[in-house]
Amino acid sequence: MISGRFPVVARLRQIPLSAFAWVTVALLGTAVALVFFYAPLDADQGLSQKIFYIHVPIALTAYACFVWGAWKALTHLRTRASGADLESYAAIHQGVIFGVLTLVTGSIWARSSWGIWWTWSSNQLVTFLILFLFYSAYFMLRYSIDPGAARANMCAVYALFGVVLIPVSWLSIRLANDFIHPTVFNQNGPQMSGSMFFTFCVCWLGLLALAATMYRVELVGKRLDARLRELRELLA
Amino acid sequence: MTSGEKYVAAAYLVVFVGVLAWVAIIAAKLARLSREVEELVELARRRRSE
Repeated sequence: MISGRFPVVARLRQIPLSAFAWVTVALLGTAVALVFFYAPLDADQGLSQKIFYIHVPIALTAYACFVWGAWKALTHLRTRASGADLESYAAIHQGVIFGVLTLVTGSIWARSSWGIWWTWSSNQLVTFLILFLFYSAYFMLRYSIDPGAARANMCAVYALFGVVLIPVSWLSIRLANDFIHPTVFNQNGPQMSGSMFFTFCVCWLGLLALAATMYRVELVGKRLDARLRELRELLA
Repeated sequence: MTSGEKYVAAAYLVVFVGVLAWVAIIAAKLARLSREVEELVELARRRRSE
């Protein structure tokens, strides 16, 4: 059903996992080369601005994972498609991994640019932390209920509630005159040079490919695990 | 190394180590699955010989 709605997703699924992984390696290698040998130094922040090329794409990738997890949760609730619950779980797991990396790289950038590791006065930081903690609690919910239809339904509803926080997190900086956290993308487009924006796009593409590869590897592992459990029960 | 260079290196290193940790976890899981497959093959062989 999802493949029918999104032909790009269907085409991506047909690519063998090993090929997908090699494309990810090539994209990330190109991204790092562009960051350090092609993108110009920022006149204001200097070298520490290079953290932008990893921090912002990681944050956007985390958002993408949470949205994908919520979409799969919605698919589960609407169609009870087999595997949608597991796919939602795997996407949220990737989102949390990328969420940790967002918080850590953001903290390092904050220390470098503002001289502090964290500030509670920035709405963007606080709303992202809330989003991250909300989805971290998803695992507590999931592992506190016995596997089955009830668990899948409750987790799907929880995943859908969380996705509401994404536009809040995204818009908070724009609505609340946040002077600490910079706004790079506004109504006039990206506030950076063409070469910087190109580097940013390659970095984001590389990290999206990394998240997709990790998602597919995790799904293969989980499905194999389930099959082995089934086989063990048959042989017992 | 300037402080800017140190922070940039730290940010990229954190991501690299994070991905590496994930690979290590997946490798451990793969090893466990491999052991389980071996056990099941052994179980199936025993069943056949009985």
